[in-house]
Amino acid sequence: MTAATADLDVAVAPPARRVSVARGYRFELIKLLSQWRIRLLVLACWVVPAIFVAGVSQQSSLPVDTLFGRWMQATGWAGPLVVLGFSGTWALPLLTSIVAGDVFASEDRLGTWRHLLVAVRSPRRIFVAKALASVTVLLLMMVGLTGSSVLSGVIAVGNRPLVGLDGHMLAPADAAGKVLLAWLCVLAPTLALAAIGLLGSVILGRSPMGLLLPAVVALAMQLAQLLPMPVAVRLALPSYAFIAWNGLFDSPTQLGPLLIGIVVSLVWAGTATGLAYALFVRRDFTNTTQDTSGRRAITAGLLPLVGLVALTVAVLAPATGATGSGIEQGKVQRSLATAFAHLYRLQAQQLHRPDVTEAQLRATASCNKGGGLVASEGPGNDWRCVVTWHLPDVAATGTAIYQLDITPNGRYVADGDGPKEVNGYFPVRTPTGDAANPLWQFDGNVELL
Amino acid sequence: MDTPLAIRARGITKSFGEVVALDGVDLDVAVGQIHGLVGPNGAGKTTLLGLLLGLAVADSGSLEILRTPVGRVLAVPDGVAGFVDGPGLYPSLTARQNLAALAALRDLDAGAARIGEALHEVGLTDVADDRVRGFSLGMRQRLGLAAALLTEPRLLVLDEPSNGLDPAGKRHVHGVLHRLATGGTTVMLSSHRMDDVEALCSEVTILANGRVVFSGPLAKLAAENRELDYRLVTSDPQAARRLATETAGIRVVDDGRAAQDTGMLAVQALLPALDELVAGLARGGIALRELAPVVSPLEAAFLALTEQQESSR
Repeated sequence: MTAATADLDVAVAPPARRVSVARGYRFELIKLLSQWRIRLLVLACWVVPAIFVAGVSQQSSLPVDTLFGRWMQATGWAGPLVVLGFSGTWALPLLTSIVAGDVFASEDRLGTWRHLLVAVRSPRRIFVAKALASVTVLLLMMVGLTGSSVLSGVIAVGNRPLVGLDGHMLAPADAAGKVLLAWLCVLAPTLALAAIGLLGSVILGRSPMGLLLPAVVALAMQLAQLLPMPVAVRLALPSYAFIAWNGLFDSPTQLGPLLIGIVVSLVWAGTATGLAYALFVRRDFTNTTQDTSGRRAITAGLLPLVGLVALTVAVLAPATGATGSGIEQGKVQRSLATAFAHLYRLQAQQLHRPDVTEAQLRATASCNKGGGLVASEGPGNDWRCVVTWHLPDVAATGTAIYQLDITPNGRYVADGDGPKEVNGYFPVRTPTGDAANPLWQFDGNVELL
Repeated sequence: MDTPLAIRARGITKSFGEVVALDGVDLDVAVGQIHGLVGPNGAGKTTLLGLLLGLAVADSGSLEILRTPVGRVLAVPDGVAGFVDGPGLYPSLTARQNLAALAALRDLDAGAARIGEALHEVGLTDVADDRVRGFSLGMRQRLGLAAALLTEPRLLVLDEPSNGLDPAGKRHVHGVLHRLATGGTTVMLSSHRMDDVEALCSEVTILANGRVVFSGPLAKLAAENRELDYRLVTSDPQAARRLATETAGIRVVDDGRAAQDTGMLAVQALLPALDELVAGLARGGIALRELAPVVSPLEAAFLALTEQQESSR
């Protein structure tokens, strides 16, 4: 079967051309977006938040357990924040699992690595293209979650002022900016989870654990955030950035924890991506017997990240001076008094009473934990506070009692315990319809640093 | 003038841990040749094909592909295409989308017409817009070949390209490979199907335990080979049997009774003795209606050489 060789071109073959990252990126995007489950998820991210926000905003029962849930009928900017809270807990970890956690493993499953390597001729470029493509799809999903919930909230409820976590009113434009900034901040921990997904996908290959890793890690970190642990450890976990955006809705903005959370998340993203890259480019694609051992997963994946947490704690503890839980009596009292004063003004406005400024109110709070039988610090639902305030031209001092349930991450729900006419439940008429007395129950935030 | 070589390997050794996959392999494959690579499972065929595709690099020895020395992973020159362990296809894409995505990835000059042409060549036009998820193994093999065709390869490396092919698919694939070789493309293919290798290849390399036990033309393999079993159907079976018994170098290997019913005669012989028998039949006025090896020369050689290698270990 030898052809006439005289005419054949037997010159030295030109050197191999590598495929550019841009072409590889486009190829990976085509593959990702051709999967029905990815298409379905993108569609869901663009549709479900809109339906949820529009639907819940019209109901009499609001998701008061979720931050900003109690304000969903008052302003269209609360809905995107409720969706953000849910996304940080559930949606984003699951989405990163399905997208980033499968981007390398899918080639193992399909047996297409060799084909891809022969075509692209550079494991490095394959890695970069895959990482960029998975981040692009995640961004597409996040933009959908944000855009869909914002549009739905503004259209269904309205572009109205938002009550911040310390009770102060944010003008619609300010609220819009902060809502978008909050979503932008959550990008950092999402990237960290995506990087963990890449790492799991590279290390664990076709094992289902590779796919589940970001969700499992996110869940483990969320459970850790529920534990009463030192604030430096809390801040050293990238999951903290999923809740640190809360500080944007305080006045002044709690930038410290937010910036630390973002930086920690980005360091995690960089470290996990670097580990995944290093492992990927060293992989022997001709050795079909190569499989992932549990030992390799621990030494190459888990140990470096545990080391990163330890290092971050070692840096953060002295740098921030943070010790203990970060929830101290003085901080709780300041936070509650501030929120009470802001909301008192809102209540006065809703009840058509004369306006009074926060400075005139001179609100203070006196709090203790466990009836004074335990040290007044740390999380718990046994905080009891007495708020006092003054009204202009009134000699008597007003007092109101609150029971506080403070979670380990500094968030609390203040529940009015009398007097009823101040912080009991009664409906008030607002421009958007009847609402509960704003001083009855409200959310607040204790700055941990 | 020496025939130009598309592949030149000398003393190639490749190990995976304790396992020696290739042990001092020498290989010459001429340009425009369809060269078969056969051997039992674990002989090192896929490893060798992987080296040719640049997926790995030899531990020692030298390898030149299309006159370019290959010393690093994924450093084979342009013009090398193919697949090992099955073609790499994406089930969520259609056949046409798979090819289009590959063409875009590699910046190939392959528009819709060229993609349609490649699909037509391998007989997949009717299912061009079906998702690959529902394709049979044979259809995937043909699509993998179409993907390789898009790159207009100068060296095509195929691992078991006939796996799962029905007769029509086989005809398409054989036709494409013959056309490529005629056009100057070198084809290196591994197969367990000896009939395919015999139908396609002019030369063959037999690997056993990572070593080359034979490399050369198929004709040489048959000529070099030991005695083979042949089946003869003649106009006078009894006279033919008598003549075979009397001919030097011919051994009758059937039991006579079964052969009497079918009129068939089975003998074992080297080619010269067989030639003598055929001449004798002609001289005796006995018509020879059918003469064929019971087992193909390649298969017989393969079995003999690999068994010999196995027993010498």
